[in-house]
Amino acid sequence: MERLAPSARRDPYGSRVGRRHSALVASVVPWLSIAFGSVLPIFVIATAMPIAPPVGFIMFVCWRLVRPGLLPAWAGVPLGIFDDLFNGQPFGFAILFWSLAVLAIDAVEARFPWRSFGLDWMTAALLILLYIFAGMIVSGAVLAGPLFVAVIPQLVLSVLLVPVAARLVAALDRLRLRRWRRAA
Amino acid sequence: MAAGSRVSSSSKRARLNIFAGYALAAAGALLGAALLVLSLLRPTLFSGPRGVAQDAVSPVTTVGGEVRSGSLGILAGIEGYFRAGAQNARLKREVELARIRLGEAAAVQQENQRLRGLLGLAQEGSEPVAVTRLVSSTAASPRRFGYIGVGSSRGVTPGMPVRSARGVVGRVLETGRSTARILLLTDSESVLPVRLANGEAVAFAHGRGDSLLRIRLINLGLNPLKRGDMFVTSGAGGYFPPGIAVALVEEVTDDGALARIIADPAASDFVAVEPIFQPQAVRAAAAEPPSLTE
Repeated sequence: MERLAPSARRDPYGSRVGRRHSALVASVVPWLSIAFGSVLPIFVIATAMPIAPPVGFIMFVCWRLVRPGLLPAWAGVPLGIFDDLFNGQPFGFAILFWSLAVLAIDAVEARFPWRSFGLDWMTAALLILLYIFAGMIVSGAVLAGPLFVAVIPQLVLSVLLVPVAARLVAALDRLRLRRWRRAA
Repeated sequence: MAAGSRVSSSSKRARLNIFAGYALAAAGALLGAALLVLSLLRPTLFSGPRGVAQDAVSPVTTVGGEVRSGSLGILAGIEGYFRAGAQNARLKREVELARIRLGEAAAVQQENQRLRGLLGLAQEGSEPVAVTRLVSSTAASPRRFGYIGVGSSRGVTPGMPVRSARGVVGRVLETGRSTARILLLTDSESVLPVRLANGEAVAFAHGRGDSLLRIRLINLGLNPLKRGDMFVTSGAGGYFPPGIAVALVEEVTDDGALARIIADPAASDFVAVEPIFQPQAVRAAAAEPPSLTE
């Protein structure tokens, strides 16, 4: 009979004896964390300049990069609709670009199945850059020099946020798979 | 990082699932594009759901607004300690000057009243529709929208001017039940007729998307502006009553100036929503195809 060593009774997800994952937590955490990221920028500050990073989009990209295949490919649609309620862009912007981001990430993934965090960061940075500039073009704002200068701090902040968000996603993923429930 | 999720599977069902996912994502992108075009053509189409969403988070954003103005106050307090001496001397000089100016202003007011009496004009003192907090703004978007904590339930309607104690903040764009979205002065679609506070120059103040306004003089010629000149609303257009502070000239350019807004939304906590200054003029302008109102 196979017998577990005492050290094998716990793993990062909690005790393995008589405990089970919670299906609810496991499925709901990614969605909730992204939705929370969408709402976050409007809490922080009311500014004369766009400065807060698009946290919802960054969280979405990080979930997709850190845990590929966890969120379904169509996740950009419902999450995009939610983000559009709060982002101040014309409605439909996030639905379009979040869906396109999924397709772009999967194209990168098909090309580089084993990749380093550096490449993931670069992918995310490129996506964020395109996202913010597409946002500028689509928003109906008048495209002129000052707007491009004003967007630089936001861009830098957003790219620097990616590793932090990736670690956060990893931590949330452990939380997601914790064995919460006592098996009856 | 984890290897690809897309292991080529011999299970037909698994492959079909993955394919369906991509098909849905592509369909979603198309749906998004369609909605985007629709909302670019008709910007007010989705204001309903947005208003509901803003109403839903307004209790939390209101707290955020309080924390924001509180923390700014703390920083200003600390800064004050470092500059106390020099500031004291400067303030004394300023107070003396201000006393003189106050005397002059009283004289001007008296004269003003007399002239108004001659013309038979009633005093223009409009009561604000509501006083509230500026609860949040779309900080992540290049468009500059703010949200305030009152909406249609308190009689706020689109077009109403919003001002803080310092000056103009913006204009109501759309209303939810208990919140309203306002177009901040710095938005690149915002245009406001202004005039020089102590002069004749009349101009338009365009938002630039950063924290500066671009002042374009209407009468081109010799540029009379200097650094530090103040612009106030002129009352043209009918939305804003005349004489509210707007911006200070920071840099003189060929056709006007770059000016810094006086009522920075980050430093404004309480704002007043005022009734539209001349509703008839606004209605007359709206009878033509709307251009600047969106």
